[in-house]
Amino acid sequence: MELLLAVTVGWLYACGLYLLLRRTLAQVVIGLALLTNGTNLLIFVAAGLVRGEPPLIGDGEEVLAAGTADPLPQALILTAIVIGFAIQAFAMALAYRVYRSVGSDDIDALTTTEPPPPPVAVQTAEGDA
Amino acid sequence: MTLLVALPVILPLATAVAGLLLLSRPRWQAPIGFGGALALLAAAAALLARTWQDGIQVIEVGGWPAPFGIVLVSDMLSAVMVTVAAAVGLAATVYSFRVVDAGRISAGYYALIHVLLMGVCGAFLSGDIFNLYVWFEVMLMASFVLLVIGGERPQFEAGLKYVALNLLGSVGFLSGVGLLYGAAGTLNMADLALRVGEADADARYYTVVAMLFLVAFGLKAAVFPLYFWLPASYHTAPAPVAALFAGLLTKVGVYSLLRVFTLIFTQDTGYTRELLLWMSAATMVSGVLGAAAHQDMKRILSFHIISQIGYMTMGLALATPLALGGTLFYMVHNIIAKTNLFFVAGVVRRLRGSYELKDLGGLARAHPWLAAAFFVSAFSLAGVPPLSGFFAKFIMVRAAIETREYAVAGVMLGVGLLTLFSMVKIWTEAFLKPSPGGAVSEGAVGAASWVPVIAFALLAIAMGVGAEWWWRPMELAGQQLFDRTGYIDAVLGGGAR
Repeated sequence: MELLLAVTVGWLYACGLYLLLRRTLAQVVIGLALLTNGTNLLIFVAAGLVRGEPPLIGDGEEVLAAGTADPLPQALILTAIVIGFAIQAFAMALAYRVYRSVGSDDIDALTTTEPPPPPVAVQTAEGDA
Repeated sequence: MTLLVALPVILPLATAVAGLLLLSRPRWQAPIGFGGALALLAAAAALLARTWQDGIQVIEVGGWPAPFGIVLVSDMLSAVMVTVAAAVGLAATVYSFRVVDAGRISAGYYALIHVLLMGVCGAFLSGDIFNLYVWFEVMLMASFVLLVIGGERPQFEAGLKYVALNLLGSVGFLSGVGLLYGAAGTLNMADLALRVGEADADARYYTVVAMLFLVAFGLKAAVFPLYFWLPASYHTAPAPVAALFAGLLTKVGVYSLLRVFTLIFTQDTGYTRELLLWMSAATMVSGVLGAAAHQDMKRILSFHIISQIGYMTMGLALATPLALGGTLFYMVHNIIAKTNLFFVAGVVRRLRGSYELKDLGGLARAHPWLAAAFFVSAFSLAGVPPLSGFFAKFIMVRAAIETREYAVAGVMLGVGLLTLFSMVKIWTEAFLKPSPGGAVSEGAVGAASWVPVIAFALLAIAMGVGAEWWWRPMELAGQQLFDRTGYIDAVLGGGAR
């Protein structure tokens, strides 16, 4: 089970990073979502998998018995899911606004924040005119 | 048990909630924001005084004892950073009064500033590594929205780059937290410090995890080679927001690096410190060279943020008490000087309608006070005595020479010279040379913009003239960082009872 999940985490990271490097806006946003989910799964696997031992304290006992599942990673993942959800929603809305204002979903068209190229070459002047 | 440690988180939260509830009344937004920022500064100053007198303060939020529940911890580093953050928040709020348009205000501008401050203060105070991640996200979320609200195409484009890269950093951070928990079984930083330190067999595993944290925090702090998002995004924000980001956000990354690499990851210092050392040197050099190539005032200043970050992480790499205290001194000096430079750039933009050096000129004659404020901040940044930057650089160079890193000391001095070159470039172009268009019509600048500019310039002078007095709390912070047992005892030894 650990191996299967570990491979899944690796696969999600690989797909996420690949999509993040694409030039299409939508693919970048999907890539971010895959990465976030891969991380959630990573926490789950890294903290150790225990089957069939719920973290319940029995009658007359003060502390958890050894070998029960750890409830904390699930609390962490839940928090991370909520945060990831909020940020993905924001990223999608932002990507949509970028698409509306730029008129293209090509990342390479996002150039207004970079300085303009220095005005040197004569050939470009002709092309612009 | 003292509530004072939690106040820097509670007050901005209350202010933000009040601001959002009264969103339909735009006129109340600025007074609420101002009142909240004032209260935050008072609480932060009280916390600093308490930490200075009584030692490290701990509060167990929710009442669970330390390794299990979440703690907020205020040592000298945290207390000083919270105080400076509150001061910057107040200045940015005052500066915003006349600058921010109605659209941004009714979108909750002032409330968002306080959400940002809550995230920053929470990150400075948190004693729990997962909690630190949550505060980071609070801060980032607020910064995303502040960057893009009321914006146009450049803001959206910058926002997308900023969101994508910061989210990538957050993924690295969270992966590191998960792997760290998997091996050590705890999230409390003081407890982690003990577990990671004692496990010799796992030292290599922890070094790998440490690298994840280095990349994640390095991205937020904008160190080489992870800084490319910063010059592409910061300069598009409105002046008070850019000043707030420039002053605070990267420093939260530096703070986190300081915290985890002095407290938790001390198992393989030969490797991590060597790496940090060369990353810092590369950050300083590439940042300052990037600034030299540009002609837009805000863009030049953005590259200088990066270059200055190198000095701070350098203190962490040298890791002597002097260097660690020096890092904090440098951070405080840099927050004051850098925030003010962005304030000044904003005033220049309002006066002349441009950030381009070729369009500017004659400001020294027309506005001697603005020129004086810029002069103080810029030459403080470059390290001219008797301003604050001189002592900050002096401490770092001395720490480098004491640890026999002569090459590093040389790099620091060289980068200082290049910084001076950049600042002189802005000074001669924008302030000294005659205005290119002859007589110019000038926009109005209200008193609300002048007050923070003059106040921060005075702070930069005070920090230089009274360096001895400012250095004492920083020196104590350096010792606390160098000898982590004080922190661990305060958290785990029942210091809150």
